[in-house]
Amino acid sequence: MTDLVALPPRPTAGEARRPRLARWREPSVLPGFGLAIGVTLAYLGAIVILPLTALAVRPWEIGLSGIWHTLTDPRVSAALKLSFSLSAYAALLNAPLGVLMAWVLVRYQFPGRRLLDALVDLPFALPTAVAGIALTALYAPNGPLGALAAKVGLKTAYSPLGIFIALVFIGLPFVVRALQPVLEDLDREVEEAAQTLGASAWQRVVHVILPAIAPALISGVTLAFARAVGEYGSVVFIAGNMPMKTEIAPLLIVIKLEQYDYAGAAAIGMAMVAISFGSLIAINSVQLFLAGRGRR
Amino acid sequence: MSNTTITRRGLVATGAALTGGAAAGPLLLGGVAHASDPLTLLNVSYDPTRELYKDINAAYAAYWKGKTGQTITINQSHGGSGKQARSVIDGLQADVVTLALAADIDEIAQRAKLLPANWQARLPNNSTPYTSTIIFLVRKGNPWKIRDWPDLVKPGVGVITANPKTSGGARWAYLAAWAYGLKNGGPAAAQAYVTKLFKNVPVLDTGARGSTTTFAQRRIGDVLLSWENEAHLTIDEFGPNFEIIYPSSSILAEPPVALIDKNVDRHKTRTLAEGYLNFLYSPAAQDIIGKHHFRPRNAQAAAKYAQAFKKIPLVTIDDTFGGWKKAQAIHFADGGVFDKIYQPA
Repeated sequence: MTDLVALPPRPTAGEARRPRLARWREPSVLPGFGLAIGVTLAYLGAIVILPLTALAVRPWEIGLSGIWHTLTDPRVSAALKLSFSLSAYAALLNAPLGVLMAWVLVRYQFPGRRLLDALVDLPFALPTAVAGIALTALYAPNGPLGALAAKVGLKTAYSPLGIFIALVFIGLPFVVRALQPVLEDLDREVEEAAQTLGASAWQRVVHVILPAIAPALISGVTLAFARAVGEYGSVVFIAGNMPMKTEIAPLLIVIKLEQYDYAGAAAIGMAMVAISFGSLIAINSVQLFLAGRGRR
Repeated sequence: MSNTTITRRGLVATGAALTGGAAAGPLLLGGVAHASDPLTLLNVSYDPTRELYKDINAAYAAYWKGKTGQTITINQSHGGSGKQARSVIDGLQADVVTLALAADIDEIAQRAKLLPANWQARLPNNSTPYTSTIIFLVRKGNPWKIRDWPDLVKPGVGVITANPKTSGGARWAYLAAWAYGLKNGGPAAAQAYVTKLFKNVPVLDTGARGSTTTFAQRRIGDVLLSWENEAHLTIDEFGPNFEIIYPSSSILAEPPVALIDKNVDRHKTRTLAEGYLNFLYSPAAQDIIGKHHFRPRNAQAAAKYAQAFKKIPLVTIDDTFGGWKKAQAIHFADGGVFDKIYQPA
């Protein structure tokens, strides 16, 4: 497999006996390990760790029972459940569709391919509120697609399905963009070799291509999921925002803030971070497991 | 700069933005708005006053230029009343606030201490240069024959209103509905009525303008509980597609205005800002207010626009609900009556 080549050589017995610190300092083109790690830590600290710390500190103003009370409130738990489950479904739908799109964009040459390629980035670039209003106009009962769906008895905008559509929309580029470079690097010779060894088309997809792109696919789906969980702008317009039914967790945070309940808002935020972080770790370990198995 | 005082909240807001995308934008924007130019005012207002203050600002700028020769700029910020108050608490550099209800300005006084607690006594008429009320907007021909509050809870009627927790207008609408129920059977009947009413609400927007869009442009629902001015504005914009219905009773909405003392002192804009608020009571501004379908305080302007405003009995927040503080705690606080509506029985 291709990524075998890029693997650094495993440390030999001789290297293992080097002093611990020296082992950290791999030779590098960047001058100064100390400077580089210092800047990295300072930057991460200011941009990521500091705000997260504030988020972790704030809820304790209302105490453990206050946090428990906030999170077990039926409205809050309904919102959390809605946000996480719809985000997961949207990311899962984007997995096969993202693979297909990335495949089409990488493997085929056709007029308009570059334009199509650029279009994939649109959900990244479009202000989320604009996307939300556009989707709502399309899927509202009097919008072109919404009217069509209503004919077959489907309620799109102002229902969980509407939220799902918005989350699929914002998640798609994450999956496609994660897969493209891997598919580009994928050696056709490997597939050809499989073919000459008698593998059917299906076997080539399942045993050759999918294992190679699995780690990238997982990380793309994870990113799409993480983004969807926190998505606010595009969802609030199409959701209908009914408590217990179509109220997403980020909206509940905003509502709490508008009621000056900073601690309650931070408690929901902390719960979301905890759940997201937990799922990221779980997914990462699956990915590590897969990558490890691929190398053996 | 003010940023030092808001750091803690700012951090939490940023933290929330990571997961929730909460709008931390105004924090950054507010800090620099007044750095060098003392002849700039920022009026932080609620949702349906965009058009009103556009005209008032132009009139005041002309008036000030005639009086002092100085050119001034007045910036506007609009949004749900609660959100706007929170932005000011978090450091948005408002010189004046013109919000949907007194409770939101009370929060600014209480939490950020940017103005004295007795702010409402500083200007005439409880610091409310105009009043308004909540009325119904229905579709042309009124297919559901909606005439009064009981018609809103008929099965199948779609009622559009915003979330009372985030929208000032929706809070007034909720209380108007409650007052109707209270008058016709007491507190238990009121709660049953309001619960039934909100079961007929298919979409809860966060602000009054959002509900108007949902009703008028998305064509969701059969009746919009609307600010009186917003209903007239919708008729102006969309013409004959809608009809205004005055229910048998409603609530006297008093959207107050206030000077944010700490901010004007920092910006050295006190004279300009005080002049602006006093200008709202002037005959010229009262006429603009009437023209935009708000009910003027000034007798002459009120008479001029009287025919546009139907006289219906209006309850007040103080008489019926014992003031905002009490109403807020009973109805809109977490676990309050409004939350119970959505809890599974």
